[in-house]
Amino acid sequence: MDFASAQVIGAGLAAIGVGAAAIGVGNVFGSFLESALRNPAAADGQQGRLFIGFAAAELLGLIAFAVAMIILYAR
Amino acid sequence: MAAEGKIDPMHQFTVEPLVPLNVGGVDLSFTNSSAWMLVTLAIIFGFMAMGMKRQLVPNRWQIAVEGLTGFIDNMVRVNIGPEGRKFTPYIFSLFTFILVANLLGLMPLAIIPGLHAFTTTSHFSITGVLAVMSFSIVLLIGFWRHGLHFFSLFVPHGTPKIMIPLIAAIEFISFMVRPFSLGLRLFVAMIAGHILMEVFGSFIVNGFNAGGAVGPAVSVISFLFIVGVAALELLVCAIQAYVFALLTSLYLNDAINLH
Repeated sequence: MDFASAQVIGAGLAAIGVGAAAIGVGNVFGSFLESALRNPAAADGQQGRLFIGFAAAELLGLIAFAVAMIILYAR
Repeated sequence: MAAEGKIDPMHQFTVEPLVPLNVGGVDLSFTNSSAWMLVTLAIIFGFMAMGMKRQLVPNRWQIAVEGLTGFIDNMVRVNIGPEGRKFTPYIFSLFTFILVANLLGLMPLAIIPGLHAFTTTSHFSITGVLAVMSFSIVLLIGFWRHGLHFFSLFVPHGTPKIMIPLIAAIEFISFMVRPFSLGLRLFVAMIAGHILMEVFGSFIVNGFNAGGAVGPAVSVISFLFIVGVAALELLVCAIQAYVFALLTSLYLNDAINLH
């Protein structure tokens, strides 16, 4: 296998991590909504924590994306 | 963008010197990045100046400005407490600069020939400096207020004696990674969105150029897709600015109140 095709396959494999992070972000918002609907009065106070969880989950997906880009544009 | 289907999504992030300037071997050119940062500052200054007339009965503009400042003030008060009031200006500057810079990069200014919107926040040199600034303020405030007691940040309350070395090591690593994660998140989110839009924008052009039955269909689907992506990107711009300001205020809370 030559370098260019290995590069593209590697970048594609690295991009799987973005999908995994999508599951994580969906989980964060889904769980928040589920519990917010049970106790709407307490929901507003937890919005900061919601975004912290979102940021932590999203960061890992973005790192996966960065790795894919590094592999794709490596010389 | 070359016409015959070569997609080059990284070209939009090139920093080009507008006014070359070289002082003692150091490149200090006035680049398109600096130019767009100045535009960002001008917009923020204009927006704030228009709403700071302190009328007793506020007009719409003043309500918009008060809403923005009140939003940040509330966030700082909830996350840091009354002692955090003096950090409101810093967090407000961070939030507005990142928000306006993000949104400016998304503006469809390229329909004016020769003008290309440049996202200043899509470079790690910019977001990294912002993150290091937040991190050093946290360090300064932490050591200034608590002295060497600041190191108790790495040992949460109620940790069993035997676990202290392990927990302290983990907490130390997670503390030192903060500036990287803070800067990386913003810059990669911006880069990812712009690459996505560039690639699908090229699909529209290339689809019509290819002709046949499939080409225009691809173009139409890409166009519908990119409308949704643009809306999502507007949301991401606001969320990333909010997350940056929120995390900065949380880190400041760690340094001020020590958990």
